[in-house]
Amino acid sequence: MKRSNRREFLSQAFKYGLWSLGATPMISAILSGCEMLDNIAESGPTIELGDYTIDTKAIAKKGQSVSKTFEDFTPEQEYYIGRTVGARVLQKYPPYDNPRANQYLNVMGQMLAQASDCPETFGGYHFLIQNSDEINALAAPGGFIFVTRGILRCCPNEDAVAAVLAHEIGHVQYKHGLQSIKQSRITSALTSLAIDSAKEYGDADLAKLTETFEDSISDISQKLIVNGYSRSFEYQADVSAVSITKRAGYNPYGLVDMLNQMKIQLKPDRQDFAKTHPSPDSRLAEIQEYIGKYSMVTSPPTRQSRFKAALGKI
Amino acid sequence: MPKFKSILIISLLVTLTGLTVFALEQKLMSIQVKKGTVRSQPSFLGKVVAQLNYGDQVAVQNVKGPWYFIDRPEGSPDGWMHSSALSTKKIVLKPGASDVDQAASSDELTLAGKGFNQQVENDFKSKNPNVDFTWINKMEKMDVSQNQIQNFVEEGKLSPQGAQ
Repeated sequence: MKRSNRREFLSQAFKYGLWSLGATPMISAILSGCEMLDNIAESGPTIELGDYTIDTKAIAKKGQSVSKTFEDFTPEQEYYIGRTVGARVLQKYPPYDNPRANQYLNVMGQMLAQASDCPETFGGYHFLIQNSDEINALAAPGGFIFVTRGILRCCPNEDAVAAVLAHEIGHVQYKHGLQSIKQSRITSALTSLAIDSAKEYGDADLAKLTETFEDSISDISQKLIVNGYSRSFEYQADVSAVSITKRAGYNPYGLVDMLNQMKIQLKPDRQDFAKTHPSPDSRLAEIQEYIGKYSMVTSPPTRQSRFKAALGKI
Repeated sequence: MPKFKSILIISLLVTLTGLTVFALEQKLMSIQVKKGTVRSQPSFLGKVVAQLNYGDQVAVQNVKGPWYFIDRPEGSPDGWMHSSALSTKKIVLKPGASDVDQAASSDELTLAGKGFNQQVENDFKSKNPNVDFTWINKMEKMDVSQNQIQNFVEEGKLSPQGAQ
């Protein structure tokens, strides 16, 4: 730290310290909002050595923490990954250029994101309808969220649309996309940070980094479009959908309405949602304990009429 | 009397040491998003009092759920920020050689514009001209104001709870 910076830091710190002494309690530990809470080492089998006890699992965990994980991507890098994954997703299903419907989705989506545990991402949340009859919804890292006309047709009311968007916000919040990147690429991408201090990367370094970038994009796209996330990730996103819609003031049974409608409309032979998601029945069974007592979705007339106006002819 | 004086001096020293240690523990955080919005209330409904930039450092003075009351060293308006916009790491906007070295061995530092960045995206585009970013850019321009969100909530008769 330069001397002047240090002096400035100390004087600022002192100022705030004095202020806090009189006004606020000491802040002991502050975690960033979207950080995962699973970094705490768990205890494992122990080895007794005379007076000493060695916790093997804790040591193993400590060793792991030195290596880079998906959590070491900065929000800025996550944003660039998300942009390109989004562009790839749009190769599969083209955009549906309907400003009114897209605007409706964006206002609702922003409102839902604000009710989530991770309302602020590097470049913010953005929503777009895709022009496809297939039933699908996808989230690229950082908050680029896509829903097909097909899945919107499974939504009998606004509360159901909210559940679809909130499920995708859940995937963003838990960084499920980044978790699909193979460890070798993460190590390669994050160790490249130490390559060069120059403002721009040289040709060779850039070529290597772009190759790792392309591979990372493929890992995520493959997971999103072809293989689908694990059952536990989908369940996590469904739980988010319930909690976000509840917080935003919707009836969480909008999700159930949507899943029931999807059951009727899904065609097993199609390359869509059925291939990349657990069946609606198993999802319904899994959220049952979390969602609370049943109450029928009854949208007030103003909510239902704006839903019809924006998506009635979807 | 001399005894009283020495007690006074000792207690003054103890207090000052305590204050210094306390002051150094004051939590500094960095804005980790493009636009860091500071609000008058710990809620998205709070009036926007300032917009901070990526990498700006703030001092956290109070915490209310996911909302942090922050003070800016430069003296612009204080206010509340959502914790998801903040990082405990210092973000270096134009990293030099010493920052790169430090970042390699420390978890305290983040280098802005390093790794997957605009330069990598541009290189990707030149190698994959079939991947079209037009609509990604359009998506980013679909702006929604807090007023629109508020009207949407009222018109839809939504009654948000918690976390807002």
